[in-house]
Amino acid sequence: MTVGLFIPCYVDQFYPGAAIATLQLLEKLGVNVVYPPNQTCCGQPMANSGFEHLTGGCNRLFIDNFSGFDYIVSPSGSCVLHIREHLHDDKRPAEAKEVSHKVWELTSFLTDVLKVESLPSRFPHKVGVHQSCHGQRGLHLSSMTELVAPSFSKPGSLLNMVKDLELIELDRKDECCGFGGTFCVAEEAVSAKMGKDRVADHLKHGAEYITGADMSCLMHMEGILKRQGSKVKVLHIAEILNSEG
Amino acid sequence: MTTTTKDHAELADIFNKDEERVDWHDETLWWIRAKRDKSVHQLPEWEALREAASNIKFNVLSNLDTYLTAFEAAAKANGITVHWAADAQEHNQIVHGLLTENKVTQMVKSKSMLTEECHLNDYLATHGIEVIDSDLGERIVQLAGEAPSHIVLPCIHKKKEEIGDLFHMYLGTPSNMSDPQFLTETARGSLRETFLTRKVALTGVNFAVAETGEFVVCTNEGNADMGAHLADVHIACMGIEKLIPKREHLGVFLRLLTRSATGQPITTYSSHFSKPRAGQQMHLVLVDNGRSVQLGRKDFRNSLKCIRCGACMNTCPVYRRSGGHSYHTAVAGPIGSILAPNLDMKKYADLPFASTLCGSCSNVCPVKIDIHDQLYKWRQVLVKEGYAPTGKKIAMQVMAATLASPTLYHAAGKMGRATIKYAPFAVNNKLNPWYKQRDMPESPKESFGEWYGKNRSKK
Ligand code: SF4
Repeated sequence: MTVGLFIPCYVDQFYPGAAIATLQLLEKLGVNVVYPPNQTCCGQPMANSGFEHLTGGCNRLFIDNFSGFDYIVSPSGSCVLHIREHLHDDKRPAEAKEVSHKVWELTSFLTDVLKVESLPSRFPHKVGVHQSCHGQRGLHLSSMTELVAPSFSKPGSLLNMVKDLELIELDRKDECCGFGGTFCVAEEAVSAKMGKDRVADHLKHGAEYITGADMSCLMHMEGILKRQGSKVKVLHIAEILNSEG
Repeated sequence: MTTTTKDHAELADIFNKDEERVDWHDETLWWIRAKRDKSVHQLPEWEALREAASNIKFNVLSNLDTYLTAFEAAAKANGITVHWAADAQEHNQIVHGLLTENKVTQMVKSKSMLTEECHLNDYLATHGIEVIDSDLGERIVQLAGEAPSHIVLPCIHKKKEEIGDLFHMYLGTPSNMSDPQFLTETARGSLRETFLTRKVALTGVNFAVAETGEFVVCTNEGNADMGAHLADVHIACMGIEKLIPKREHLGVFLRLLTRSATGQPITTYSSHFSKPRAGQQMHLVLVDNGRSVQLGRKDFRNSLKCIRCGACMNTCPVYRRSGGHSYHTAVAGPIGSILAPNLDMKKYADLPFASTLCGSCSNVCPVKIDIHDQLYKWRQVLVKEGYAPTGKKIAMQVMAATLASPTLYHAAGKMGRATIKYAPFAVNNKLNPWYKQRDMPESPKESFGEWYGKNRSKK
């Protein structure tokens, strides 16, 4: 099995640590991983702003980069959801469809494809999980509080395999952090308030780290934590699962 | 995005100046959402009920013409006078006409978001007619000279102290009274007087049954019933999408409606009106006002399944923190944001963007409207129709070109990281809305791509 590693633009540029951890974790689990160097972005920033018609170039590039792999794995639920739902190419519709079906968000790839049942990791800290909306409601990475359905959490079950890690409970299990792509600047006031409230829930319950399967939400909360001078850190879930601390 | 009105972001910014109020507003609505969760989790068949309701409404929308004609015939046979209004203007004229015919200058009205949508109160006021809203929340916002900020909880944005002040000013209560019991009794006394003296009562309609020609009005206060039972003339106004095929379908909707809205098992009063009592006139105004246009928009038609429970507002993290008035339209929140652009794309071009697309609205919606997907689709339509600001258009074009080219992307990435690292003032200033309340991420010395090139690619 060869996996194409899809590292979204902002992770590539600002959070190489999350990408390295993703790569190392997959390798540790015996997967052959290749990173196509010409990748850029999934096109979501344009599409969610109403400019889906400008994503043709990104789509073509994505298909060129990733059509040869058995699976495509990415540490970002939001970008994966965008590819799953919106990747298209009028000239190569079948290829676009195939690629969009092969893309997986990291934690669901670990639980559903690799069926990981144990990890050699250790992280002796109190950790709060932020359920990113696109991962949770879009990709069904965990159950949603609005629905009457059995409860589960793919990120949660993985974190439970980590030695000495203590998961904290939140008052609002799956409230949005307010990042929302360009929403975070276009609706600055509400976005920042949502982020502050989200962070406060984690702090209230004693989190030392906030983690999640979507670096963009974590980036938002990190911006707020830093501004508040908080010592609480954000870490992508791959970094925790890969940690041997 | 018009010059005359502030857009959602600006209005939300004003609302957020008072953070304590935002917290209070958020927590009040979250408490209602939590009540909803608790009560729906008591029904193992909840998701099946939603599915059933959604299917019934799909059927109605696909055969709306047939159901409407059947309903009209049955209603007429029952002795109800049926009127048709193509738009808000015509609706208002019909209501005004009925008042003039009956030589009435005062009317009592129970809750109807449709009349808000049509701005009926304002229209009648300019024609010298006094309307008193009898729903407690609506009465309060009416005294304050405001529009409802929520479709089910019209004055949820007002604290009890503010209500006390309004009652002091308009209903003659002593000052500084904020005891809910006292305030409710004051309103009750004043409304009793109104009910007893009004010859015409207007109500909304929650469900109209095509099979029987009757309509159902749900309230918790019994105010619709008090108005309609005491008046000589009962006018009911409904959007044409309020139909359900048969009486037996009502059970599905009544179980869903109030659980979704407030977490109650059922509304306190779910009253069936099927024919006028002896000597009474009963009029029903069926209003289109853009609904048939929306029905013709394939991607957006199922927004017409909405039963106006307000659950999508209570759960919406943006609504809770920006307040209903920031949506500058009668129906606020997620559902309002997909309905309003249908009425006026230019005026409401901002609303589909006032969302993080978190999807919670679609999950709570009792009739399974794909609200967040429609928000996404409206964004595409609005941009194509030319309602995006020029600056954004240019930025998006630059972004699209950069991201479509690995060479440009890598160059821009390096530059970006260098800018942040060596010239923080270029980014960290007040002009960047990110930086106002959040720090920028630290810029690493190399991108992942660069790291990979050094460490792995030669393997
Ligand atoms: S869209 Fe759905 S949740 Fe929102 S008010 Fe309508 S029925 Fe209720």
